[in-house]
Amino acid sequence: MALKLADYKTDVHNDWCPGCGDFGIVNALQMALFEMGIERDKATIFSGVGCSGKTSHFINTYGVHTLHGRVLPFAQGGKLANPDMTVVAVGGDGDGLGIGAGHFVAAGRRNIDMTYIIFDNGVYGLTKGQASPTLKLGEQTKSLPSPNTNSNVNPIGLAVASGFTFVARGYSYDVRHLKDLIVKAVKHKGLSFLDVLQPCPTYNDINTRDWYAGVDLAEESMERHSRIYKLEDTNFDPTVNYAGEVEVNEKLSQALIKSLEWGDKIPTGVFYQNELVSPFSTRLTDKIPNYLENPPAKQIISNAGLPTTDISKILDSLDV
Amino acid sequence: MSTTDFTWLIGGPQGSGVESGANIFSKVCAEMGYQIFGKREFYSNIKGEHSYFTVRISDENIHSNVNAVNLMVSFDAETIFRHFDEITSNGGIIYDSELENTSTDRVNTLDSPFKDRLHKFLESKNKPFTIAGVLEVAKENGVNLYPVSFKSLLQTLSEEVDNPRLRGLVRMYNVLGVSLSLGLIKMPSTSLVDSIDDIFSKKPKIAEINKQAANFSYNYASNNFENFNHTLTGVQKQPDTILVQGHFGTSLGKMVSGCRFQSYYPITPASDESVYLESNEILEIENGRPGSTIVIQTEDEISAIGMMIGAALTGTRSSTSTSGPGFALMTEALGWAGINEVPVVITLYQRSGPSTGLPTRHGQDDLLFTVFAGCGDFPKIVYASGDIEESFYDTGNCFNYADKYQIPVIHMMDKFLSSSVVTCKKFNPKKISIDRGKLLDKVEGEYKRFAFTDDGVSPRSKLGMDNGVFWNTGDESDEYGHITEDPQIRIKMMDKRMSRLDLALESIPVDQQSVSFGVHDYTIISWGSTKGPIIDAQAMLKKEGIDIGFVQIKLLHPFPTEYVKSLLKDAKVLIDIEANYSGQLGKIFKQNITREIDYYILKYTGRGMTSTEIYDSLKKIVQNTASKREILSHGA
Repeated sequence: MALKLADYKTDVHNDWCPGCGDFGIVNALQMALFEMGIERDKATIFSGVGCSGKTSHFINTYGVHTLHGRVLPFAQGGKLANPDMTVVAVGGDGDGLGIGAGHFVAAGRRNIDMTYIIFDNGVYGLTKGQASPTLKLGEQTKSLPSPNTNSNVNPIGLAVASGFTFVARGYSYDVRHLKDLIVKAVKHKGLSFLDVLQPCPTYNDINTRDWYAGVDLAEESMERHSRIYKLEDTNFDPTVNYAGEVEVNEKLSQALIKSLEWGDKIPTGVFYQNELVSPFSTRLTDKIPNYLENPPAKQIISNAGLPTTDISKILDSLDV
Repeated sequence: MSTTDFTWLIGGPQGSGVESGANIFSKVCAEMGYQIFGKREFYSNIKGEHSYFTVRISDENIHSNVNAVNLMVSFDAETIFRHFDEITSNGGIIYDSELENTSTDRVNTLDSPFKDRLHKFLESKNKPFTIAGVLEVAKENGVNLYPVSFKSLLQTLSEEVDNPRLRGLVRMYNVLGVSLSLGLIKMPSTSLVDSIDDIFSKKPKIAEINKQAANFSYNYASNNFENFNHTLTGVQKQPDTILVQGHFGTSLGKMVSGCRFQSYYPITPASDESVYLESNEILEIENGRPGSTIVIQTEDEISAIGMMIGAALTGTRSSTSTSGPGFALMTEALGWAGINEVPVVITLYQRSGPSTGLPTRHGQDDLLFTVFAGCGDFPKIVYASGDIEESFYDTGNCFNYADKYQIPVIHMMDKFLSSSVVTCKKFNPKKISIDRGKLLDKVEGEYKRFAFTDDGVSPRSKLGMDNGVFWNTGDESDEYGHITEDPQIRIKMMDKRMSRLDLALESIPVDQQSVSFGVHDYTIISWGSTKGPIIDAQAMLKKEGIDIGFVQIKLLHPFPTEYVKSLLKDAKVLIDIEANYSGQLGKIFKQNITREIDYYILKYTGRGMTSTEIYDSLKKIVQNTASKREILSHGA
């Protein structure tokens, strides 16, 4: 029986605040899984800790709600052991770019074929609104005692510099566009990263839904005023089309420059894609030829309770 | 009766081939039928600091080092300064005669506390602060001195084989030292060249010149060195004997047990295991296509444990290997594995703490930390192996415990074991069984990962399995794995998880929990690598008619209270032997078996215990002259 969109939803009560940007992301993720026809038991959603960490409980696939900052290690371990499954990791910007920043960078170097989505809202919501790594220097969201004393991390720039081979940004109130980006990210051969701008209606009173919609700009102009625009509507080509230093460097630097654009105009869409970089599974099959046909999760290790691994050659070499 | 009990020591700067020299020597002696117990000591340093290797050789089974050294070979001054006083009367020192005038001040790796002690000693003996000075002391102690100029040895050899390149090859001093030693003790040299081929198998050219040097110096020693009354000409080989390095037990154990995923972050002394697993990543499978172990070097230990857990959730037997500081970083995720009932094995090669401590030295100071690691109450198993051979089979058991009780298992090893090279009985993979517990291979109908069951263990699905969808969370959860804060479910879940500790105690065979090597009025309790020196010391005392009991505790958490109590019921005086400051096993023992420990024999210098020093302390205890805490300190 063909799956319906509803099959990807659990009946777990969702306790996110009314108007939370997270709803758009979980909907887009369910729509993307449905659109790709991925069987429920062939996908695992790994999540970090925080409001976004609950995402895995709302999606009716395997769901692993891990530890704060550690979603990428868990997800990579799962994918490496069972490369047949679709793996999507999700977490907040504090989770991925604060406590988990080391894992973020290291994951880029590996380029394992999976997707990482950051719910980017500039605050630590579940602990009552402290500044998170993407909040700009000097900004003061409503529960901060004083303006933010740290500069922000640039998630797109960091992803590009770390070696992610698909880097994109979505907006949680443009669910359809976000769904399309998730589909592209999951289909990408290698590690894909999605930075999703996601207003926190309770604690971030600066980057609100109205702010992204440019309501403040509208007072000065009758023209289209949303801050958000799509790179695909411009002549921006994010794809590395052929192997070569000049091409790669050009696409990397253009993505980095584009990632710095913020304020009255905020780009969404794909910033960078390079499928010419070998995914980690290829690096493994180079040395373990049957890794993909006989990955760790599929290997038969015993027969009638006895080990099938034959180490006699090694043992014989130790004979005296 | 034992006819041979001989200890050889080789020392030199780190990076000068001390270890490969010792490996050649050990291999040659093992090939001649001797039992070997070798141990490496080294600084946290790449090149230059003092490292040394002692190899004890016997025709009987031996399990430890002794204090006395019968023959030392050195090609640098520092080794002589540090070890000259360990050589027994009638023993020998082979040394580079070019070094005789070297004074302590010329050796900049001699640290001042050591130098001060040595100077005071030499002053008291009225000797100069030079190699000649300490060698005079050795000679007065009855030690035979065998000076040889390594430089002229190479010079002569290079002329003889017409290869001028040999002349300056300081890197070959280790092979010269080994061969001179073998020549001196008259060990047949047949296997010497084979051993060199083995060690340099990837560098045939280097092997060739080393073989020339080996034969030349072997003959030199046979022809020129005299008056050494130790000759080791070979004994009957014991069947099924292998020569293994410290990590081989757990590495090979992991392969056989079906561990197919290992993540790790580099740390001494644990990394050797992971590197070895990766070097042997493709596995032969009986009647099947090749298997493989995926070994991933991660960005830190937090990632190592996270990846291991992720892999374990797919049904893959998964592991990580680390040491104390790395394990400290893993504790949050350890609790996650606990609350989510994930079977994983963490191999913990302890070293001396706290913090970075003595990073390349031995210690057993992580027992209490390991038993109590992680926030909150959750079940785990802590298990310790006493020697390398045992660690092979224990690895198999640890994976079975993990699967059967769906619980994290910490398998404790240590630096004493990891830097040993020993002969032992060939591992028998058929003695390892594989029990995956309630791991499912299919699911029909509704599935609840954390379903309440009579024995507290729920049937286990795995990520990617048909119809087996489940959820995990580090939060308290319901039977499906969804978050709950319901107080009644909390009680049931907590009870379910913790009940596995009782289940483990009930179902792990007692001989896997604790092993008795006899119980007498005076009985030792201990855990881990102290086993070897303890049973050797026990045998030494037995020869004098003194019976000492020994109970080795392997299952440290949950603590096998009833079984250990029953083993010790006839013991009158309890002696706790451990390589840590506070007698950590003693604390756990007293907590579980409200009974006093009468004596402690402890060592926390970072050097492993020798059987000699345990023997000495035990003797004092029996003679009623010991302190409550006997603190050991042997070893440079």
